[in-house]
Amino acid sequence: MPGLELFQEANRQLTICNSCRYCEGYCPVFRAIETRRDFTNGDVQYLANLCHDCRACFYACMYAPPHEFAINIPKILADTRIESYRRWSWPAFLSRALDHRLVEAALAFIAWAVVVLLSVTIVGNDRIFTRHLGSGAFYQVIPYLAMMVGGMVLFFYGICVWIVGGIRFWSEANNNAPQLSTLKMVARAIADAVSLSYLKGGGPGCYYPKDSPSSVRRVYHSLTAGGFLSALVSTSLAAIYQDVFHWLPPFRLTSAPVLFGTAGGVAMIVGTLGLIWFKFKSDNIPAGTVAPSMDYMFLVMLCLTSLSGLFILVFRTTPAMGSILVIHLSLVAALFVTAPYGKFVHVVYRFLALVKYRTE
Amino acid sequence: MLSNRMEVDQIPSFAEEPAFDVLVIGGGNAALCAAMSARHRGASVLLLERAPAHMRAGNTRHTRNIRCVRVAHGSAASGVYSEEEFLEDLIQVTGNPPNIDLAKRTIRESRDLPRWMSEHGVCWQEPLAGTLNLGRTNRWFLGGGKALANVYYQKAMEMGVHVRYGSFVEDLVIENAQFRAAVVNVGSVKTKIGARAAVVATGGFEANLGWLKTLWGEAADNFIVRGTPYNDGTLLAKLLEKGANPIGDPKGFHAVAVDARAPKFDGGIVTRLDAIPFGIVVNRHGLRFYDEGENIWPKRYASWGRLIAEQPGQIAYCIVDSKTIHGFLPPMYKPFCADTTPGLANLLNLDANAFSQTVEDFNRATAGNTNLRMECLDGLSSRGLRPAKTNWAVPIDSPPFYGLPLRPGVTFTYMGVTIDDRSRVVEQSGRPFKNVFAAGEIMSGNILTKGYLAGFGLTIGSVSGKLAGEEAANYARS
Repeated sequence: MPGLELFQEANRQLTICNSCRYCEGYCPVFRAIETRRDFTNGDVQYLANLCHDCRACFYACMYAPPHEFAINIPKILADTRIESYRRWSWPAFLSRALDHRLVEAALAFIAWAVVVLLSVTIVGNDRIFTRHLGSGAFYQVIPYLAMMVGGMVLFFYGICVWIVGGIRFWSEANNNAPQLSTLKMVARAIADAVSLSYLKGGGPGCYYPKDSPSSVRRVYHSLTAGGFLSALVSTSLAAIYQDVFHWLPPFRLTSAPVLFGTAGGVAMIVGTLGLIWFKFKSDNIPAGTVAPSMDYMFLVMLCLTSLSGLFILVFRTTPAMGSILVIHLSLVAALFVTAPYGKFVHVVYRFLALVKYRTE
Repeated sequence: MLSNRMEVDQIPSFAEEPAFDVLVIGGGNAALCAAMSARHRGASVLLLERAPAHMRAGNTRHTRNIRCVRVAHGSAASGVYSEEEFLEDLIQVTGNPPNIDLAKRTIRESRDLPRWMSEHGVCWQEPLAGTLNLGRTNRWFLGGGKALANVYYQKAMEMGVHVRYGSFVEDLVIENAQFRAAVVNVGSVKTKIGARAAVVATGGFEANLGWLKTLWGEAADNFIVRGTPYNDGTLLAKLLEKGANPIGDPKGFHAVAVDARAPKFDGGIVTRLDAIPFGIVVNRHGLRFYDEGENIWPKRYASWGRLIAEQPGQIAYCIVDSKTIHGFLPPMYKPFCADTTPGLANLLNLDANAFSQTVEDFNRATAGNTNLRMECLDGLSSRGLRPAKTNWAVPIDSPPFYGLPLRPGVTFTYMGVTIDDRSRVVEQSGRPFKNVFAAGEIMSGNILTKGYLAGFGLTIGSVSGKLAGEEAANYARS
């Protein structure tokens, strides 16, 4: 469905929800619906990003297809969510990746290939396939400067696109009226995000992969998100070790960066595999049109990045370390390049939607 | 979508030999309560739901709360609601129940329902926003009636109740007041399924427009059925044919005003309109016909279905203006809208002169009335107008003007079968069928003959279902 029709259809369904209100107990989407009479595109996009896709409302709805009212809130909100990502992201030719998985895959592949090719041509096969040991071993494969500059450029680029997107979201969701949130509201939104409160289906759990509620999806999601944070902590600690204390990696197995990195990597692998398995088993009727492919892509990239990170640890004293390191870094690059144009952006918009809900 | 749970159970035998202890006919709240309750007593149970899986549970799908006695504070409601007050409310709204003992028993046993429901998987939520101040008397289960039924089906199947969808029971084989088997039509293949006892929980006949037509004539063509299209009263008719004693007014039905654009069946809650006290209601001739401000809306909404059913063409139009359009819940269908009254008359196919005259007369009779207060009977009345509007009467003078077409939306019918104190269907002779039990709407006429008390349908269904299931299991196992 093209954008305009999508918003009209969302408006039609939300208007019916607003006359019914049976789902009020499930999540804030319905409570936010009830404070409105008409749904602007900004409202629809706000509600779409507030939805955590727990699907409780779908199974509870007496108007779900094949009923002629054909109410399918998880699906229409998933579709408008992707549409909102596309509208807020930039530049436009890269935002197409949000609708077209092949474009996103191509983007990821290019990033991956560039890093690999650069490594092979600049560093050379010899150094990649040689065994490196002792302090600074990784930098004998990829020079520190290249690793840091490359990483920083990609990181800040992604952050910039996110921030601009976030500002656009905030402005549209508030229908261009200025809206300020207090620190207290932000703190509450952080608590909502960390606890995934709204993935609880109003109490009993998320209706995923099928029509009976459970908390397992929340656990997998927490493992993935927590694992990612743990990996970030590991990287930050490593930077401190290196720049403050002048200790160069690889670090000892019992050192904090290795412990955080290992725990994070294992958690992410378990979490992403769980989410992939659940997604595979889940009903496709309440699923978005392109959302599942976007989710798979993100999950697979996270999983491979974690896996390659752990492999470095396991093989770091062997000649295979160099090539694994190149593959890992190229996967990280692919993850960052696609961050503004894939599922990763949900972190930004869903959090802002939570802040807005707390502010309302 | 629910395929993993919906697979049709294999029936061990299609013979008239009892294949099950208890056959539950119907698939709504009462049927599910009966099935689970019979199962608790050790009976083998087969539940036959006529609808396909996605339409299972009849009008339970459209419910949202249940009225229960409460004696102490809890999580889902507040305050005390005694048996005495419950009974007073019932008598005030619906008159004296034909079977007062059954009414009292239903109320008494409602006290234990929330606990029983929780044990069977039901989750609770706060009362919905703006729900007629029912927080003390009623309890809201999470997600409404379809969610309730989902929970019960899952629980029932876990408990070993066999469930078959798309199984239409057309007739019962009854010999010497004893049920032998049900004649079941599955995908146009007829079979007989024998059982030691049967619980009939097939609802009313409100979806049978042919039946309603024999009582209401052509007018029934213009009725809208708010709930499931499957409640056509087939088994009610069969039981009456076999000598069951009817109870309740055959013509009686509960109806509210719904948007005329609603689907013929199953539009449910979203098609009802709460606009009437905010404006005026005119008929096809552009004339008012009843006091729109007679009493607070929760006490009057159920009378408008009948009022519209008595108007020519069974249609009416609620008219409000830009002052009051935001006073009521946003309707699902967009109101017709025009800047002048003749313009609105044109959109609604009304005689422009007659309609404008009605609005003009109304405005003259309410001149100077401002600031209606919907939360109470505000006494803002028309002067010298017939029929009067006795509350919330403010001029309709601020364009744009809005019109909503209304039709009678039939919710349920009152006539059913008489039951005895063991839930058995009673013959006209006064003798009960030995092993035919009734639960839910088909027996609610024993308690309810007119009017309706919000959330009481589920109370009757739950209590009668549990009792019928128990009695049926006891009979079958003895």
